[in-house]
This record gives sequence, C-alpha cells and structure tokens, in this order.
Amino acid sequence: MSGLIKSSLARKYVMALSGLFLVIFLILHVTINLASVFSPDFFNEASHFMGYNPLVQFLMQPILIVGVIVHFVMGFVLEIQNKKARSISYVKYKGSANAPWVSRNMIYSGLVILAFLALHFYDFWVHEITYKYVEANPENTTRYYFETVEKFAPFWRTVLYVVSFGLLGLHLWHGFASSLQSMGANNKYTIGFKKFAKIFAVVVPLAFAFIALYHHFNPIIH
Amino acid sequence: MKLYLKIWRQKDASSPGKIVDYTLDGVEGDMSFLEMLDILNEELVSKGEEPVEFDHDCREGICGTCSLQINGEPHGPDRLVTTCQLHMRKFNDGDTIVIEPFRATAFPVIKDLIVDRSAFERIQQAGGYISVNTSGNTVDANSIPINKHDADEAMDAATCIGCGACVAACKNASAMLFTSAKVSQFALLPQGRVEAVERVQNMVRQMDLEGFGNCTNTGACEVECPKGISLTNIARMNREYLSATLKG
Repeated sequence: MSGLIKSSLARKYVMALSGLFLVIFLILHVTINLASVFSPDFFNEASHFMGYNPLVQFLMQPILIVGVIVHFVMGFVLEIQNKKARSISYVKYKGSANAPWVSRNMIYSGLVILAFLALHFYDFWVHEITYKYVEANPENTTRYYFETVEKFAPFWRTVLYVVSFGLLGLHLWHGFASSLQSMGANNKYTIGFKKFAKIFAVVVPLAFAFIALYHHFNPIIH
Repeated sequence: MKLYLKIWRQKDASSPGKIVDYTLDGVEGDMSFLEMLDILNEELVSKGEEPVEFDHDCREGICGTCSLQINGEPHGPDRLVTTCQLHMRKFNDGDTIVIEPFRATAFPVIKDLIVDRSAFERIQQAGGYISVNTSGNTVDANSIPINKHDADEAMDAATCIGCGACVAACKNASAMLFTSAKVSQFALLPQGRVEAVERVQNMVRQMDLEGFGNCTNTGACEVECPKGISLTNIARMNREYLSATLKG
C-alpha cells in the first residue's frame, strides 16, 4: 500500500475521486440554488436545513472542505512534478496540434476557480459563520433568499461569478470527462459517459450563471 | 525547394545548446526528412564544419530509433509515421523548420538532436517480460486458446516501438502511453497474467523513478504516436495498478 500512496498513478486516483466528489456536491448546490429563482420559500427552507443541521454542519461540510483542499493541493503537487519532468522547454511547441486548449490549461482554469472560491467563501460562508457564531444572532428561517439576492446587486460581483462559472465549465469539460479514465475505466460505456460529462459541464455552470444574472436583474425592491 | 532550418546544436550533455540557422537548397519532395538532414550534413562536412548528430537506424519506421521534434511536433506534422517516414513533400518551398531533440528531464541530450532514451529500457527491464524457459522446452503458441479480441488488442499494444514521441508530445513529459502499452501487451494474454501484479507495480515504480511527468489525459500522446497506440492502454494500466496494489 505504501507504493500506492507515493505513486504517480495514486495521485491521479486522488484527483479523479476528489473531483467526482465535488461534481456530486455541485449537483446538490445547483439544485438548491435554482430554488432561489423558482421557489424562494423552498430555498429558505433548504438553506436553513443546510445551515443548522448538525450532520451537514459538522460532518458533510468538513468533508467538503477537505475534498476541495485535497483536489487543489494535489493539483499543485502534480503541476510542480510535471514542470520538473521537462526542465528545458521547447523553442517551438505546438500543443494545439494534438490536444484541446482546455485539457492543456487545467491549472489555469483551476486557479481561477480557486480565486473564485475565496470570494465565494467570503461572501457566504464567512458571513454565515459571523451571523451564527460571532454575532450569535437567533435563527431566522426567512433571511436566506433576501441575503442571496442582495449579494448579486453589485454588477462587479455578478460579472466575477459569471466569468468564474465559465472557467468552471471549461474545467469540468475536461476534468469530469476524463475522471473515469484516470480510475482505469475505458470501455463501451466511456463514450456515453463523456457525452454526459460534457453536457453536465455546460448545463451546470450555465444554471449557476443564470441564477446570478437573474438575481442581479431582479432585485428586491424595499 | 529551399528551406530555412533552425536546428538545436549542443556539443555534449554538459554544454549549453542553442538554435543555429542553416539554409538548404535543392531539397526534393520525395526525400525523407532524414535524407534531407543527410544532405545538410554532406554540405557541412564539405565546408569543414561538424555535422548535425541525429539518431537513425532502420529508416523504415520499425526500430524506433529516429526521433526529432519538428516544428513543435514529434516526428513532424504527418500522422502515424516516424521521422524517417516523413517526406519533404509535407513542406513547402521557403518554409522555416525548427528541429529540436525530444525534451524531457528523463531524456537528457547526449549531443545535438540525440537524446538518451535508456529510461525506457529500464522501465522495460523492470517487468516487460514473461519468465518462461525457451531452451529445449518450447510450448506451441496455440496450446492456450486466446480470443481474437484480446489477441488483437495485445498485438496493437505490442506495436509500440519505444521511440518516445509520447513523452515528447505530452505537456508533462509523461511516459504513461509507453509504459501502459508494455503493461497491456502482457496483461491481455494468459501467459502474462502469471506475473501481472508484480509487473505493473515494478514498471510504474521505475517510470516514476526516471522522473517522467503525470498523465493529464490530454490525448496528445495518442495523436502523435507513430504506431497509433491507444489511450485505452493507460486506462488498463491504471486499472491493473489499482487492482495489483489492493491485492498486494
């Protein structure tokens, strides 16, 4: 087992598994967020549940944070190793001749997503922790919808979110589609899986972007 | 045709190299790329200059000795051919061609365009064989039935000539296509299953020790491979390695 932990292949398993875990999280996230457009009451209910359920707060949330950290730390480790593997660069390297741009630039789409996560954590997670534990405010089951809509009032934040969702789409386009290859699966179902992964990579970021734009252009009038 | 060549010149492994410009006239479309370099070298020798060193042997695409990164692609712009099979008709009069050695930390430059690819041999030695007694105890090849699909896939994997184009093309200088082809050609056959667990572990360990990069599934190796070795081999190696390690 020690060989597995140190090997280059194991690091790819870790990248693929943590990535697949984050894909599952995205499904949950986009589903709840869509409720903020179609049913504010359900959105409030679901957000309150996620914010106060001990299983979500003290088990699922830490697992999610670990999943995110593992994914980007391992991504950096692999990137450093990969740079070392070609210590002298080519004078002329025609990467576009044999591989799509998105697959060759996962580190850059990943870095944008990481920067976005910092903003996203500041916007929602830090706010939530402050509300609950620093200011020790009482539970309010109806605040989530208003807070979310107000977050998207500034144009700059909406633009940053939408651009980040674009990069998330590019990252998923290659990462999700090739995750099973990293885990050793390449069979008659692979083509179907890749099609599904690419549809997912378009639809989910588009849904996130739609939600941000919808709230920006439909502010709550006080 | 007249060509403008930009060729990497490097005296030896410890000296710094640089791109040197040459102009070559009278190149015919039916010459191979290596024949074009032969003509350049004849000119250089006649002028008392040192010829450009490059690897070559069979010159018919089966030995895997020739290499060269040509205009940013291993074995040049053509598909499913080695440099020795690349014809000058793929280029136009007045073209500038940049010629470099395959670049990877695990493939150090020996001189000019020649790189040391013995890392591949060490990966092969780590497990790319089956332990059978072949002297006086030969077993008929057809004594163990093998279904055609498996035999074909094993044969496809075995067509890897170990040229290193996969490493040269990969943005990470990964050797996973080569290693996986060598793992697969045995993993698919009953004779190879006996040592399958140790084989994949030992070959992957050696691959990592050599300092190759990781696979990020860009598929560049598959596109540039002169023998069309498929990415399915890498998936098979990933599967074999996971299964071997969990068992071991």
